Amino acid sequence: MGNLAITADALSKRYWLGERKVRHNTLRDQAMHRLKSLANWREKRAEAPTSFWALKGVSFEIKHGEVIGIIGHNGAGKSTLLKILSRITEPTGGKADIYGRVSSLLEVGTGFHSELSGRENIYLNAAMLGMRRTEVQRKFDDIVSFSGIEAFIDTPVKRYSSGMYVRLAFAVAAHLEPEILIVDEVLAVGDASFQQKCLGKMEEVSRSGRTVLIVSHNMTIIEGLCERAILLEKGEIAKEGDAREVVKGYAEGLTMLAGTPMSDRTDRVGLGEVILTKIELLDGEGRIMAAAITGRETIIRMYYRCLVDKDFQYCRVSISVNGRKGHDLFVLSTDIVDPTPLTLSGEGYVEFLLSELPLTGGAYFFQSFIESNGLAQDWIKSAAPLTVLDADYYGTGKLCPPGWEGNGVLVRYKWKTGQLV
Amino acid sequence: MSAHVHSQLAHSRTMTLPHVKIRPSRGLLHLDLSTVWQYRELIFILVWRDIKVRYKQTILGAAWAIFQPLAIMLIFTAVFSYVGQIPSDGLPYPVFLYSGLLPWLYISQALSRSTMSLVGEASLISKVYFPRLILPLSGTLSPLLDLVLAFLVYLGLMVWFNVMPTWRIMTLPLFAGLALLIALAGGLWLSALYVRFRDVGHIIPMFIQLWMFVSPIIYPVTKVPETWRSFYALNPVVSVIEGFRWALLPDYRVEFSVFVPSLVVVFLVLAGGLVFFRSMERTFADVI
Repeated sequence: MGNLAITADALSKRYWLGERKVRHNTLRDQAMHRLKSLANWREKRAEAPTSFWALKGVSFEIKHGEVIGIIGHNGAGKSTLLKILSRITEPTGGKADIYGRVSSLLEVGTGFHSELSGRENIYLNAAMLGMRRTEVQRKFDDIVSFSGIEAFIDTPVKRYSSGMYVRLAFAVAAHLEPEILIVDEVLAVGDASFQQKCLGKMEEVSRSGRTVLIVSHNMTIIEGLCERAILLEKGEIAKEGDAREVVKGYAEGLTMLAGTPMSDRTDRVGLGEVILTKIELLDGEGRIMAAAITGRETIIRMYYRCLVDKDFQYCRVSISVNGRKGHDLFVLSTDIVDPTPLTLSGEGYVEFLLSELPLTGGAYFFQSFIESNGLAQDWIKSAAPLTVLDADYYGTGKLCPPGWEGNGVLVRYKWKTGQLV
Repeated sequence: MSAHVHSQLAHSRTMTLPHVKIRPSRGLLHLDLSTVWQYRELIFILVWRDIKVRYKQTILGAAWAIFQPLAIMLIFTAVFSYVGQIPSDGLPYPVFLYSGLLPWLYISQALSRSTMSLVGEASLISKVYFPRLILPLSGTLSPLLDLVLAFLVYLGLMVWFNVMPTWRIMTLPLFAGLALLIALAGGLWLSALYVRFRDVGHIIPMFIQLWMFVSPIIYPVTKVPETWRSFYALNPVVSVIEGFRWALLPDYRVEFSVFVPSLVVVFLVLAGGLVFFRSMERTFADVI
């Protein structure tokens, strides 16, 4: 076994779709179902419950001291894998062995209770994550000063801002000292400077020779922290190896996926009663374009179709633009600019009119989202590709500084000088 | 980068590192109670949290634990003793009633708390690992504090009605332990069922109500026809209450034969509950 920290051998996990869809949450449902299946026992074979494999034969080895990134689309099996390794759920088949003390952080602030004070929650959360009380006592001052909320440590956390809450929660997590740390996307929270602090802590953890397994959608973090990465696709390992190589493969995959017709897409999340059918780019005159142009008037048109014959009230349609590595650049959402309730029915489209497109030349993705009455209807992470052709945004004949293409948005600004006497 | 430097260190560590085996579980009799013991600190902290949260933002605070049983006793005494003319084996009715109410209030509270414990902590179950058994267990432990406080009220009643305790009061923890086992046995079954079937949430209050009336709380066991008594004693709460009364009331006579069927039932339900809980446990995170 040597210096292996984690070995996974043909791990599989099956979820029963039928169970999930028509979950018998009451005894009556269950009894009725039993009765029906008794009555139709002859046909039972035909309507076997559909199951789906969230993980299919995943095998890998991780050595002590390695920092491994796990990437993949929504529903690729990343969370399932972490849940199995954290012993939250059991695999259906296969096995895994972990050598060392494991702490898993699938959420910040697990077990926090809003009525309790910050101090009390530190003890509570630490115990949940497997820290001993004496250990917490020893590190208590460090945890508090890392969180930066010394003044409010005896205030109930229900009076905290969400930022303070996250700081405190991460501070506890950062002081765990397991041999193996399993982290799920926790860095997606908090303000930029705190994120920086967390990243620094993560690097420190990995430098101290501990094993870290991290799931993130942020490719920059994966490239920055991990030596090795695993790309999951539909529950299987699609690519494994040097983090930069795997991230590159993932980005290429995104391009291909975004190119497949909308109706064939299976990576959707939501109820699916209202679905997105097409995204079109139009110029200021309403002509369809294959690619957008920096700084020009641009219309993004999202076609939708309601699969249920009714009025869907309180809808929100939004689209965001993501860079090649999956980072968010900006978001357009119907509710932000106009609070009038939006009702969708039948088929139609929603247009977003941009007086000027604030993107540099390069390749991007649209991420689309439709909800009604607060319920997600259709969410597609990389719904369609967006190609932008570079143009002279500022009218000065200069393009953006090298390295910035596709990494940020353009803003209008002026500058001037002042002289200190 | 640092992997090489530390690999040697890691290598030497591997020898003593804990080894976690993850396998699909097979068979029902894999109980693994030693892990529960390893997590005893978490049990303690959950119980502490439960007690702390319960009386937050209340004016009376923990005084509720005293006020509540006292109020119930006064109401029941008014209804059942004065109006209902129910006998109390020659003792002052409030003392007789309270000695049965004491374990019953604990059992009903512990049972409903442990039943709700899993569903109430759904976010914990889907986000962090620990032996799930801890949740119903701490649900039965936290109302012990209320039991102790309610017991202080009983001491007050003894003084008020001039009832002298005997040495038998020392055996009380034994019967309290039996009460805990009853609540835990029921809690194991019901909490696991509740994850799957939310009906349990509707059934519980009725069930507890019914259970109270088939237990000798407001009336003495002697009211139950002799021929029915051994059947009646299948209800383990009968033993707990008889035990409490024997320990608390001077000259109280108990037929110790009632304990036999009760203990058998508790043991069977508890053992079955452990096995059932374990077999359901593996899907909690997927179903909850």
